Amino acid sequence: MNCRSEVLEVSVEGRQVDEAMLALLHTILLHRSTGKFHYKKEGTYSIGTVGTQDVDCDFIDFTLVRVSSDELDRVIRKAVAEFKDALGNSGSDGMGQISLEFYQKKKSRWPFSDECIPWEVWSIKVNVVNLANEQERQICREKVGEKLGEKVINIVEVINRHEYLPKMPTQSEVYNVFDTSLKDVQPYLYKITYQITDSLGTSVSTTMRRLIKDTLAL
Amino acid sequence: MDSDLSSQDRKDLDKFIKFFALKTVQIIVQARLGEKISTCSSSSPTGSDWFNLAIKDIPEVTHESKKALAGQLPGIGRSMCVEISLKTSEGDSMELETWCLEMNEKCDKDIKVSYTVYNRLSLLLKSLLAITRVTPAYKLSRKQGHDYVILYRIYFGDVQLTGLGEGFQSVRVGVVGTPIGTITLSCAYRTNLALMSSRQFERTGPIMGIIIDHFVERPFTNMAHMHPCSYRTPGEDEGGTYAGIEDSQEVCTTSFSTSPPSQMVVPGKEGGVPQVPAQPNHGTAAEHCRIPSCPNGQSPQPGEMHSDVLCMCGTQVTTTSLDLPFAAFTPRANDLEVNDPMVHPPPSPAPSSPLQGSLHSNSSSHSGGQPQDDFVMVDFKPAFSKDDLLPMDLGTFYREFQNPPQLASLSIDVSAQSMAEDLDSLPEKLAIYEKNIDEFDAFVDTLQ
Repeated sequence: MNCRSEVLEVSVEGRQVDEAMLALLHTILLHRSTGKFHYKKEGTYSIGTVGTQDVDCDFIDFTLVRVSSDELDRVIRKAVAEFKDALGNSGSDGMGQISLEFYQKKKSRWPFSDECIPWEVWSIKVNVVNLANEQERQICREKVGEKLGEKVINIVEVINRHEYLPKMPTQSEVYNVFDTSLKDVQPYLYKITYQITDSLGTSVSTTMRRLIKDTLAL
Repeated sequence: MDSDLSSQDRKDLDKFIKFFALKTVQIIVQARLGEKISTCSSSSPTGSDWFNLAIKDIPEVTHESKKALAGQLPGIGRSMCVEISLKTSEGDSMELETWCLEMNEKCDKDIKVSYTVYNRLSLLLKSLLAITRVTPAYKLSRKQGHDYVILYRIYFGDVQLTGLGEGFQSVRVGVVGTPIGTITLSCAYRTNLALMSSRQFERTGPIMGIIIDHFVERPFTNMAHMHPCSYRTPGEDEGGTYAGIEDSQEVCTTSFSTSPPSQMVVPGKEGGVPQVPAQPNHGTAAEHCRIPSCPNGQSPQPGEMHSDVLCMCGTQVTTTSLDLPFAAFTPRANDLEVNDPMVHPPPSPAPSSPLQGSLHSNSSSHSGGQPQDDFVMVDFKPAFSKDDLLPMDLGTFYREFQNPPQLASLSIDVSAQSMAEDLDSLPEKLAIYEKNIDEFDAFVDTLQ
């Protein structure tokens, strides 16, 4: 099975990085989260309810829709904040990429550890621009809002192709497909990573960190 | 085509399509109410949340959707459309977007109805949630209220896109294949909002002026063309279960109970702003806000979206006139009042405007007998004023008390005297403060 890979590119001002990343990551996670599974006897299960929340951005003319889960929101915000800090520390040419990877765990026999097999990767390339005055910032607010709208449409287009999705797991397998650590919703297993492009444009990752969401113990 | 589908699957599929259509309309209409939507996730399945999504049902919207469906389902050749349009306070309207739920003949016979189709429909609703915040009408709907309102209309049959103007864009929300056809959800939206922008430019005058223009003629005559059933105000929640509506309920109740024309028309009414609109207006208003006929007797809660813009503007005028009771003294109000046939002309020029005359209507009988003589200043006795204490007219009163009185300590005589005294007493005061220095320090510590 080939991993599906999608790339989104945005150019934003420094203070818009957080909200732009949150908007796109939350839009993807909205589509890749279900309600909590409750397994019953005879192999059947019922699914909890996913609520949604509108969030107005402060620095972009945009309203994002996210899953109503404060826990999930905290995790994503933390990842985005780290990415933004790394971008800020990299120097004046702020270019970087944050990736949201959905994967499945495949149990291997002892002594080999479980494999993580990605099935969908979203890469968001960010280019941070500096603006000279308030007028340019105002225009940027609107432009970035429109651009994010286009990206949301792109995301929805990809998702609605209904390409590969992991099969709904049995109770014993659910941890290999879904992140069951949250109280209220259940996203597919995912991890967020980022890399910063240095000013020469080479993609050598000068700071590469993994934010591991599952309990991948090596 | 249907022979491969078991009867149970067919029943399930029909149910899914029906509820999908209802939820689609709810999402679209709620996204155009002008406020942020928020629902809670629940880990325990309640059994009543279709597609495992928390989407509240506004009863009025459900009612309209079911009426439009009329027992049928969206199918091949029978598209369900939700048209969103904008209506300005001047009565201009413009279609903004049309959301279409269509079905074509391309079938996916192998797909599992109760599982795959259901989950894909759920995914499609999530996509709809995201896309409804992205089309241009969303921003417009968030700013609705004073100048315009957003309306919706549900219809069945052929998709009509001609009202969207030239160069409209289309966005496909998604598709779901089923054994009886492929469901497609899309949106066509207007890109040319020229009408909107030019109107906004013209709207530079004060609200008072605009509203007075409104009510020179019967305010609701232009509503007669609109099919009352089609244009519905969402958010009228009979049970009051929709949290987002509650705040706006008060606004809308207020707007229905007051009306500018009565305040100018009938001097015989009691002083102050009359609460009940004049009869013809009230009747027509009731027709267009007819959701008042809620079984439990609750007043209408149209939320931010109205079929009746004028009611919202009515609130504005009432508030404005209450906030600026002397707005009657502004020349602009006078000019507009002059041509207003509904307003009784003043018997003499002394009361400076008929609006003033109606605001203090008890006294109009006094002024009724004044001589028809220009340039004669007449003592106008305002209602409830006491002659013995302050024998003055409103104008004098206003001029006298327009500015706050000068502080006594700032008046020159007093300060000249006290300055010398202050200087003399300074050393004494300093000595006292130095003695109590510990107290002051303790006080400062408590502040930190």
